Amino acid sequence: MEREKVIEVHDLVKKFGAFVANDHLTFDVYKGEIFGFLGANGAGKTTAIRILCGLSRPTSGRVKVAGIDAGRPEEIKKRIGYMSQRFSLYEDLTVTENIELYGGIYGMTMNQIRPRTKSLLEKLSFTEYADTLIKSLPLGLRQKLAFAVAVFHDPEIVFLDEPTSGVDPITRRQFWEMIYETASRGITVFVTTHYMDEAEYCDRVTIMNEGRIVALDTPSALRNQYGTSSVEELFVKITRPQKEQL
Amino acid sequence: MKRLMAFIRKEFLHIFRDYRTLIILFGLPAAQILIFGYAVRTDMTNAGIAVLDNAHDEISAELITKLDASEFFEIKYHLDSYSEIDPAFKKGAIKAAIIFPEDFGANLMREGNAAVSIIADGSEANNANLIVGYTTAILNDYTAGLTQQLSSSMPVINAEVRMFFNPNLQSHFMFVPGVITLILILTSALMTSVTIVREKEFGSMEVLLVSPLRPWQIIIGKVTPYFFLSLVDVIVILLMAWLVFGLPVQGSVALLIAECMLYILLGLSIGILVSTSANKMENAIFISFLALMLPTLLLSGFIFPLENMPKVYDYVSWFLPPRWFVEIIRSIMIKGTGFVYIWKETLILVAMTLFFMIMSARRFKIRLGEGDK
Repeated sequence: MEREKVIEVHDLVKKFGAFVANDHLTFDVYKGEIFGFLGANGAGKTTAIRILCGLSRPTSGRVKVAGIDAGRPEEIKKRIGYMSQRFSLYEDLTVTENIELYGGIYGMTMNQIRPRTKSLLEKLSFTEYADTLIKSLPLGLRQKLAFAVAVFHDPEIVFLDEPTSGVDPITRRQFWEMIYETASRGITVFVTTHYMDEAEYCDRVTIMNEGRIVALDTPSALRNQYGTSSVEELFVKITRPQKEQL
Repeated sequence: MKRLMAFIRKEFLHIFRDYRTLIILFGLPAAQILIFGYAVRTDMTNAGIAVLDNAHDEISAELITKLDASEFFEIKYHLDSYSEIDPAFKKGAIKAAIIFPEDFGANLMREGNAAVSIIADGSEANNANLIVGYTTAILNDYTAGLTQQLSSSMPVINAEVRMFFNPNLQSHFMFVPGVITLILILTSALMTSVTIVREKEFGSMEVLLVSPLRPWQIIIGKVTPYFFLSLVDVIVILLMAWLVFGLPVQGSVALLIAECMLYILLGLSIGILVSTSANKMENAIFISFLALMLPTLLLSGFIFPLENMPKVYDYVSWFLPPRWFVEIIRSIMIKGTGFVYIWKETLILVAMTLFFMIMSARRFKIRLGEGDK
């Protein structure tokens, strides 16, 4: 079956001086897929995600996001959504004001924003919080709302950078339900995480180590290939030996 | 444009929701005007003095009445001996003691000259100078009258002094331009650098950069509200100066506002430059304070006249925007001069603005291009 590719990365290299942060990465991501990006800190995940989001230029290689070459980041940015664990929504603005801000930044008009805000808040059963300042919401709610805001403008791809750090298990579950629902709408989800159990929820996972992709497949195929019972075990098995060689 | 408007709206919301920002923006200018206007005065009225009249003659009595009648002095004590002078100073009730020696009047009549001792409180050097100046003026005035009475044939040179632009040498003529300079640096440079750095610190800058907003739109969006609020500040200060202290703008108000806009732009571009080199809000505040506030206070000629400083400081001040700006508003507000007389200063500010804009635009680009972690 020929599936539509929304991210194409071929031979991507990113160097900072002599340091190679991304060492010849090659992978494709398909439309509507939940694509997990795993790796220890410093493995090159953040660098790769920054290049895909148009924040940084590749040193060499070919990168296409939403059918657009990485040389035109401004066009890419209009077609993607982004959410990072570090920042979720402005605390001194209300729920509605945050939604209106992001809607506005992504070029939506107030006439488009208002009805969507209403239905979004109803769907999340957030209506009572519409005029609440973000700072008085618990972290779990904020993260869910931040995700909803990141896909509010119907991007082709949404990048989630460790979206569930520090969130309780129940909220994480609900969060993943939202991710599934988003993917079923045809929005591709590109997610980095360091929770290995979450990797199991992805359609395919990539494991990065020291700037290289060391594994890329569906969670079950990877488990079979390496004979492990979980992605967590697999991750340890793949990344450990190389560390010990140093 | 739509994107930018949504972003600017958010920035206004930030400002109006944070009472600390509001206090700095609107409370501080008002407070500064009142403090400088009422408390910090470099002129003086009703300074307490003591007189020790050892002469007890007609002339000394007449001079004492004159001193007391002047608006500068108020005689607190009539002392009887030298030993009372020291305690009177120590109590802090007087700023100066004036001593008429024995035979004061007689000497003056007979020999044509006599001495008066003035003891001033040197711990307040500025006031001491003023007191000596005022006293000397009163004495001279009296003797001039006396000489004319005695021998109208004798030629006397009377210096008639008139102060142009500020006839009564009121100090708030000096401080209003200074306060405007200070407040504008604060609202434009300091506050914008802090608000930009705040986005970096919270990680929201990254989210903004991933959005379709161009970097220049982010910067414009961040600074636009501060541009307008700074202008509001200028108007508030001018209105207060006028309504509270009766200080009108002598020259063109439009020209004054235009020059203020230029200075705000300059401040904003400095603020942006500061924000590119600071990653924490405290750093931004520290850099702004050290690099902007102190020079504004010390080297703009606002409080301390540059003419009295060693030449080196004068040269240093050439590179500081406040120096030129204080000059400009002083000219417009107090002397009422037109653009013809301040084009040079204006040009210097324009050049500085361009310089800082280019610098900050370049630095901002570099940081974005390869500023990856």
